[in-house]
Amino acid sequence: MSLPLCDERPGPNLRQERGQREVFCGLTGIVWLHRKIQDAFFLVVGSRTCAHLIQSAAGVMIFAEPRFATAIIEERDLAGLADIDTELDRVVSRLIERRPDIKMLFLVGSCPSEVIKLDLSRAAQRLSQTLMPQVRVLSYSGSGIETTFTQGEDACLAALVAQCPQMPEQAAPSLLVVGALADAVEDQFRRYFEQMGLTRVDFLPARHAADMPAIGPKTRFLLAQPFLSDTARALEERGAIHIPALFPLGVEGTEAWLRAAAKVFDVGEQVFQDTIASAIARAQASLHRAREKLAGRSLFFFPDSQLEVPIARFLSRELGMELTEIGVPYLHRRHLAAELDLLPDHVQIVEGQDVELQLDRCRAIKPDLTVCGLGLANPLEAEGFTTKWSIELVFTPVQGFEQAADLAELFTRPLMRRELLEV
Amino acid sequence: MQLTVWTYEGPPHVGAMRIAAAMKNVHYVLHAPQGDTYADLLFTMIERRDTRPPVTYTTFQARDLGGDTAELFKNAARDAYERFKPEALIVGSSCTAELIQDDPGGLAQALDLPIPVIPLELPAYQRKENWGAAETFYRIARALTRPRDEATRVAGRRPSCNILGPTTLGFRHRDDLTEVTALLSAMGIEINVVAPLGASPSDMSRLADADFNVVLYPEVASITASWLQRTYGQKQTREMPIGVAGTRAFIKEVAELAGIEVPKELENRARLPWYSRSVDSTYLTGKRVFIFGDASHAIAAARVASREIGMKVVGLGTYSREFAREIREAAALYGVEPLITDDYLDVEVAIAAAAPELVLGTQMERHVAKRLGVPCAVISAPVHVQDFPARYSPQMGFEGANVLFDTFVHPLMMGLEEHLIGMFRGDFEFRDGIAPSHLGGTAPAKELPAPVLVTDGGAQVAWTIDAEKELRKIPFFVRGKARRNTEKYAIEKGTTRIDVEMLYEAKAHYGR
Repeated sequence: MSLPLCDERPGPNLRQERGQREVFCGLTGIVWLHRKIQDAFFLVVGSRTCAHLIQSAAGVMIFAEPRFATAIIEERDLAGLADIDTELDRVVSRLIERRPDIKMLFLVGSCPSEVIKLDLSRAAQRLSQTLMPQVRVLSYSGSGIETTFTQGEDACLAALVAQCPQMPEQAAPSLLVVGALADAVEDQFRRYFEQMGLTRVDFLPARHAADMPAIGPKTRFLLAQPFLSDTARALEERGAIHIPALFPLGVEGTEAWLRAAAKVFDVGEQVFQDTIASAIARAQASLHRAREKLAGRSLFFFPDSQLEVPIARFLSRELGMELTEIGVPYLHRRHLAAELDLLPDHVQIVEGQDVELQLDRCRAIKPDLTVCGLGLANPLEAEGFTTKWSIELVFTPVQGFEQAADLAELFTRPLMRRELLEV
Repeated sequence: MQLTVWTYEGPPHVGAMRIAAAMKNVHYVLHAPQGDTYADLLFTMIERRDTRPPVTYTTFQARDLGGDTAELFKNAARDAYERFKPEALIVGSSCTAELIQDDPGGLAQALDLPIPVIPLELPAYQRKENWGAAETFYRIARALTRPRDEATRVAGRRPSCNILGPTTLGFRHRDDLTEVTALLSAMGIEINVVAPLGASPSDMSRLADADFNVVLYPEVASITASWLQRTYGQKQTREMPIGVAGTRAFIKEVAELAGIEVPKELENRARLPWYSRSVDSTYLTGKRVFIFGDASHAIAAARVASREIGMKVVGLGTYSREFAREIREAAALYGVEPLITDDYLDVEVAIAAAAPELVLGTQMERHVAKRLGVPCAVISAPVHVQDFPARYSPQMGFEGANVLFDTFVHPLMMGLEEHLIGMFRGDFEFRDGIAPSHLGGTAPAKELPAPVLVTDGGAQVAWTIDAEKELRKIPFFVRGKARRNTEKYAIEKGTTRIDVEMLYEAKAHYGR
């Protein structure tokens, strides 16, 4: 089935597929969220599989004292021999004792905790009552039965929104940028907004638990990531207003994203141009080099991070790559509307996954570059395909003008490497 | 409920995957939610496998739970059979599917596939990865192994054995297998089947044809080997061919099981004995070593470190509760308390308290040792991409012993280096608190915590300024131990004041 997505022209083809999905669950978001909120701790309430997943998710173990752990449910918890609330309280107090620096604790639901219907929001309320003001306890679900990879961040931020302070009625309109970004990228965006004269700019999540922004009907928010549907809904429920825009990937995306905010806050065109002109010139110069290597090369996306559509837009429009299939775990049509409009006509978008059928198609298409998860990358390389691990698109700072070339480089490097090696 | 920062073992279905991925023409259909497919990357990234593990996941989602997850499983199993045409199918549940109780075994039997279907019951809330691997291997052996083919019993044939235990994601299994296979061949022994690594279901059916079994890794193979012994009378090896003495004992045991003489000249590549006797190694005498890992590797490492390299074992432990008895027996040999825990935080505390000069552990202990500024070598799973070196690097056999000598000794300073550092300690370039260059150069080494001892009367021990200064002259990596010993000695002598005199009296008392 092929559905036109906009009226004026044929647009991309959209097809849904069901079968084995080769994607991470939402728990994986903890790997970057715990680095972002520097005094938060993530306690997964789940099984040994959950603990094993998180320590394996980054491809190798992360050797830092992590701010995440798993409360592993055991047979006696399931058999009712132990009271699960008492057990959870015991685990949390041991944790807080050991890590007095924790200011915010997320209880993260998992597949097993969801299936046994463990009410973590109630547990979070109960624990918050005992531990406040030292520690605020929140909960969200990162379970695989409900969330795919980056949806874990969505669920986490949606839980944060509910806890953010209320902005006073009489406050002046302020801008909120939503979605975890690398600190360096955040600082760049903050500078642009300052130069445009926007003084009230907040980021969600903030770097510290105590600094979470106030939210209210005067909040205007930009999404920095394309996977934040629940968070956007939670913000809208609190009266905040979404500023629709492209996502800040590539020069075109970043400019459109900044412009959307500039328009809402009545920034003059000259001020806007003055703010971004030099950064755009720099970015375009460095993209020029990448374009020489990427133009005309074909690209196939396995579904993974939800960044597929905006990255495909960047690679096709700014670097001249030819899109074959764009796999996405799910498609948020409203947030991606502007992005989809910019994709070439008839490009195939597949929502959902049957990994075996998709591998068959990939082998038939023989793309020059394949974007896929870590489970598929080496097997595909061994078959002669050049691959890019999609998880790096999430872990690397790629948003904004200054990172546009870094994003392009993630795609040029595998191709250059293949040309470089003689053995 | 157990608080876990890092886990030494994955869930039991990952153990089952290690068996399925090791074998040929076997496919595993796993009832599991989306997300559990992360396990593929263990194989493709950590081990750099060039194919996906032969696993089909049902990847059910919340919306399927209200519907028919059983049907989802049946379709996945049918499709997997059609696509991969395996010789045998193993089926089971991951932790979440266990809760929804769909009975993959029964569902798969109902499909009437023309191949053996082997159901697995791996209780995810009680058991862990190694148990899952052992149980899976056993279930496959039980389902497929046929009675001995008497036609293979021809007169004058060479004695034969199976090699049981090597898997994917095992610690150096690939190279151990090469080494032990060469050793057995040099002894004139025929290898009937190696399993699970490289074995097909038809190979598994021939296990009973061998005269005896070589159990390479008891964590994986001992249940199967014991069943083969009970059922087909095949004896099994008990010795781990790790270290020179271990390898000699293994050869002797194999020769007895095969009914042959112990062949000469198997040791011509063993360099460990001479390297240990060479004078540079003198400095290794009594080096304090803390050992933690899976039971087999930990016990073997303790034996090699103490009897073949001359170190002193100050801690020995394992995360394999199934082998607690073996670890207790080994710990008794060295007069240390056995540490049996899968809690990484407990291991960290035990290492700090033992004040070792070398840690032999897993990747987790490498992390702890780095924090404490103590050198460390990795001797056991859980595996990391570094544990799959490009070069040949077995742990077993005589070449394995050579590898162990290098592995244990290289993280330390060489003998001459240590001597020179003693000589130049006062020199400005050798400031206290600077880690040796091989431990990351200028990163300040953290002194081991030195709790102040308190007498029965509650008085704290006090150091004179001179004694403190003298204490600073002792190398930082043993200073914590020296401080504690001196304080303990002072309290025993009924004093709370420590001067230089007391420091040296204590030193003489505890002297090696």
